[in-house]
Amino acid sequence: MATLLIAEHNGQELAPATLSALTAAQQLGSDITILVAGNDAQAAADHAAQCEGVSRVLLAQGDSLAHDLAENLSELIVSHASGFSHIMAPSSSVSKDTMPRVAALLDVGQLSDIIEVVNDSQFKRPIYAGNAIATVTSSDATKIITVRAAAFDKAAASGGSATVESIDAPADAGVSSWVSDELTKSERPELTAAERIVSGGRGVGSSENFALLEALADKLGAAVGASRAAVDSGFVPNDMQVGQTGKIVAPDLYMAFGISGAIQHLAGMKDSKVIVAVNKDEEAPIFQVADYGLVGDLFDVLPELTEKL
Amino acid sequence: MKILVGVKRVIDYNVKVRVKADNSDVDLSNTKMAINPFCEIAVEEAIRLKEAGIASEVIAVSVGTSACQEQLRTALALGADRAILVESDAAVEPLNVAKAFAKVMEQEQADLVILGKQSIDSDNNQVGQMLAALTKRPQGTFASKVDVEGQSVAVTREIDGGLRTVKLALPAIVTTDLRLNEPRFAKLPDIMKAKRKPLDTTSFADLGVKAKQHIQLDKVEAPAARQGGVKVASVDELIQKLKDEAKVI
Ligand SMILES: Cc1cc2nc3c(=O)[nH]c(=O)nc-3n(C[C@H](O)[C@H](O)[C@H](O)COP(=O)(O)OP(=O)(O)OC[C@H]3O[C@@H](n4cnc5c(N)ncnc54)[C@H](O)[C@@H]3O)c2cc1C
Repeated sequence: MATLLIAEHNGQELAPATLSALTAAQQLGSDITILVAGNDAQAAADHAAQCEGVSRVLLAQGDSLAHDLAENLSELIVSHASGFSHIMAPSSSVSKDTMPRVAALLDVGQLSDIIEVVNDSQFKRPIYAGNAIATVTSSDATKIITVRAAAFDKAAASGGSATVESIDAPADAGVSSWVSDELTKSERPELTAAERIVSGGRGVGSSENFALLEALADKLGAAVGASRAAVDSGFVPNDMQVGQTGKIVAPDLYMAFGISGAIQHLAGMKDSKVIVAVNKDEEAPIFQVADYGLVGDLFDVLPELTEKL
Repeated sequence: MKILVGVKRVIDYNVKVRVKADNSDVDLSNTKMAINPFCEIAVEEAIRLKEAGIASEVIAVSVGTSACQEQLRTALALGADRAILVESDAAVEPLNVAKAFAKVMEQEQADLVILGKQSIDSDNNQVGQMLAALTKRPQGTFASKVDVEGQSVAVTREIDGGLRTVKLALPAIVTTDLRLNEPRFAKLPDIMKAKRKPLDTTSFADLGVKAKQHIQLDKVEAPAARQGGVKVASVDELIQKLKDEAKVI
């Protein structure tokens, strides 16, 4: 058995989610190779080589890999797939885009977003917004898997001494091209990597009012998240959405302000260690999952909380 | 330009699903069913392209049991011109759905296929990407904006760090995210008219697709329930609990 783990990285280092997926790969007990793809990713490959339990790192660099175009990235993965029993990646917008393409090119199924490794062919994954957990078995010779990072501890990014081998970047598929990015800039921790999250919903009322949440987040060293309603209303950008169809988080502390607790939102945060809910409606469903609930107006609670911490 | 849109029949998004007592699957008996919300967004986008004079025909396609006709009729009421049901008994795996779509896409010579990014039942997020791979065409997943410009389409995608715009040569596959549009509701006269629009039924065998099982469902369980917590009366009490009891600040 051998696993090819597709790294999520920023060029400099592996994303924390990659280390969580590495833990899942280690649980398979297989030989592990990490593939680092990008246009300038030597440092990330060196980081991968230091990770515990990694025997080999493949580094592919080239213009065709610069913007994570799935048409090119999937070709790269498929051309190195032979010999691997498992091809894994942490769930992210890149892997969600690319891995099903890899699966179809190999004529195999994909297991999306696993939360538990039962054995080398059996896994658990959430379905119906996490309201049911399915145990599934893959009968394919190559198993294509995306891993829900929040469900696995991070593997140690030290103690390893794998060799880094350069491989060729694929030719550009010629059917798609990158035009532009509009990325959210923030000094705060990244949502899926944060230990604390302060989240706001429709109740926050406006983009300006999100400053109240940001002030609390800065006091706590927390990331800022949001419900779909807050994103749809234009209060905050799309990458802040937590939920079934947004980001899945499981921080030590999740504080929800003015969020009702729809199943789609709960799907993204109910595995947080401690949940705090502040809502003026004492019947709000969010209170059913909250360890600490405070019935009150968020515009009173937020400034007081920020001041007293 | 011809557009195919995918329509999946799923549990209504407001309904909380129950697991069957024997843990074989979820219990969908007597459950309200609807078009998958992301597919609704796909149908809306296709109709808008037709209203804008960019698309000439919108064909709604569903893969599943004969009950899916209900959702296809809804798509017709919303404005699709005709519908195709690829009838199948069993729950169909994403790769098999993608293979059926690839055949229909070829038969219809479609220029653009718009699918939902994921269905809210199996939460797989796979079919669009698989279809793109099978047809060797480009993909624009998680779209929040779609602009057809001659022989190509510009797609703005929701990615982990924000937004990314890519340009795809047609034919292409697009999958929808929540902010692409706000779907309309079907009007009564349109629901009546939809009854007379063509709805053809075909099958995997007719399409020449061999559906293969890749993934077997062994068991379905309810998730571990979270212990209900306590209400605190004040900010001071909240801070004290977070410090002394939960020890998270
Ligand atoms: C296909 C699909 C996918 C979806 N995916 C997601 C997803 O990924 N993530 C997600 O979050 N949602 C998702 N949703 C939407 C979800 O169903 C809810 O509509 C959404 O989560 C509601 O957001 P909200 O709680 O902010 O708003 P509301 O439900 O409107 O709740 C606002 C809350 O704020 C409280 N409030 C108002 N003012 C104050 C105040 N001054 N002080 C204190 N409390 C106040 C109110 O009492 C209320 O409980 C999805 C829906 C669909 C159909």
